[in-house]
Amino acid sequence: MANTTTEAAGAVTEVAGHAAEAGGHAAQSAGMPQLNWETFPNQIFWLVVALVLIYLILSKVALPRIGGILADRQGAITNDIAAAEELKAKAVEAEKAYNQALIDAREEANKIVAEARAEIQKDLDKATAKADAEIAAKTAESAKRIEEIRAGAAKNVEEVARDAAAAIVDTMGVKADAKTVAGAVTARLKG
Amino acid sequence: MATEGQSEGLVFHPMDQFKIQPLFGDGPIHWYTPTNATLWMGIAILCIIGLFVIGTRGRATIPSRIQSIAELGYGFVHKMVEDVTGKEGLKFFPYVFTLFCFIVFSNFLGLIPGALTTTSHIAVTGILAMAVFLTVTIFGFIKNGAHFLELFWVKSAPLPLRPVLALIEVISYFVRPVSHSIRLAGNMMAGHAVIKVFAAFAPLILMSGIGIAVTPLSILAIVAMYALEILVAFIQAYVFTILTCVYLKDALHPSH
Repeated sequence: MANTTTEAAGAVTEVAGHAAEAGGHAAQSAGMPQLNWETFPNQIFWLVVALVLIYLILSKVALPRIGGILADRQGAITNDIAAAEELKAKAVEAEKAYNQALIDAREEANKIVAEARAEIQKDLDKATAKADAEIAAKTAESAKRIEEIRAGAAKNVEEVARDAAAAIVDTMGVKADAKTVAGAVTARLKG
Repeated sequence: MATEGQSEGLVFHPMDQFKIQPLFGDGPIHWYTPTNATLWMGIAILCIIGLFVIGTRGRATIPSRIQSIAELGYGFVHKMVEDVTGKEGLKFFPYVFTLFCFIVFSNFLGLIPGALTTTSHIAVTGILAMAVFLTVTIFGFIKNGAHFLELFWVKSAPLPLRPVLALIEVISYFVRPVSHSIRLAGNMMAGHAVIKVFAAFAPLILMSGIGIAVTPLSILAIVAMYALEILVAFIQAYVFTILTCVYLKDALHPSH
C-alpha cells in the first residue's frame, strides 16, 4: 500500500515534470521570445557594450566634427554676407563716382565748346574787320579812279568843245585866235 | 495557434523572428555568448560609424550627400534637445543622440527581412528606459537637492488637492520607464509580427483554390504594413528621444 502510494507520487511528480518541461518547451517555441528570461543577461550585456561604443564614437569623434563643420559653415556664410555687403557698398560708390565723372565730363565738354565758339567768333570778327577794311580801301580806290576818270572826261570834253568851237568859228569865216576861243569855252563850261 | 495552422497546411510562427540564438553552434546562451542580438547591434554600430564618422570625414563646407544626412540628424536631435530642455540641457546632447542613433538604426535594420529587431525586446528597451529614468532621478537630486521633490508638489493646484496630486505624480513618475520601454518594444514587435502573420497566408495559393484571392491580398497587406513600419520605425525613435528630453527637462527645471 505504502509502496503503491510512493509509486503514484513518483508518477505524479514525473508527470508534473514532463508537463513543466513541455510548458517550458512551448514557451520557447510558441511564446514570446521577449519574455525568455534566459536571454536577458546576454542582451543587456551586449546592449551596454553597444551603447558605450556608440557613445564614445559619437562624443569623441563624430559630434565634435559635425559641430565644427556646422560652425565653420555658419562662419563662412556670415563672412560671405559681410563681404557681399562690402562689395555692394563699393559698387554703389563706384556708380556714384561714375555719375560724378559723367557730370564733370559734360561740364568740361560744354566749357570746351564755349571756348571754341568764342575763339571762332574772335577769328570771325577779325576776318570781318579785315574784309571790311579791304572793302573800304577798294571802295576808296575805286572812287578815286572814278574821280580821275570823271576829271579826265571833263578835260576831254573841254578840249573837244574848244576844238569844236574853233572849228565852228573857223567854218563861219571868222578868224579867231585860239586863245580867245579857249577862254570863251572855258567860261561857258564853268557857267 | 501553431497546431491550428498545421491542420490547414499553413505554418504560423510570427514570434520566431524575435528569438535570440547563439551565432555559433547551438549551446546555451550565457551573458557573454555572441548572439544574433550581438550581430545586429554590431551592424547598427557599423552603420553609425559609416554615417557619422566616415560620412563626415571630408569635413566639407559644401557637404556630400552622406554628410548632409549626418548633419541633418545632428541638427534634428540638437534642436530637439535645445527646444525642450533649453541651453543647459545641451550637455546631455551626446547621450540623447546616442539613444536616438541606436534606436533609429536598430528599428530600420530590423526591417531587413531575416534581421533581428533588437529594439523589439523588452530587455533592450527596458535598459534604455531605466538608464534615462536613473539619469533624470540622480541628476535631478544632484542639481536641485530636495527641491527636485517639488516636481510632485503641484503649486498651481488648490492646497487640499495637492497631496492627492502628489500621489498621482509619484505613481506616474515611476510608471514612466515602464511606458517608455513598452511603447517602443511593443510597437516594433507588433508590426513585425503582423507582417509575419500576413506572410504566412501568402503561400495559400499553392494549397487551395481560395489562395487566388488570399495570396494577392496578403502580399498587398505585407507591402502596406511594411510602409507603415518604416513610418513607425522613425516615429518611435523620435518619440523615445523626445520623451527622454521631456524627462530631462524635469530634472533641470523641476518646478511646474
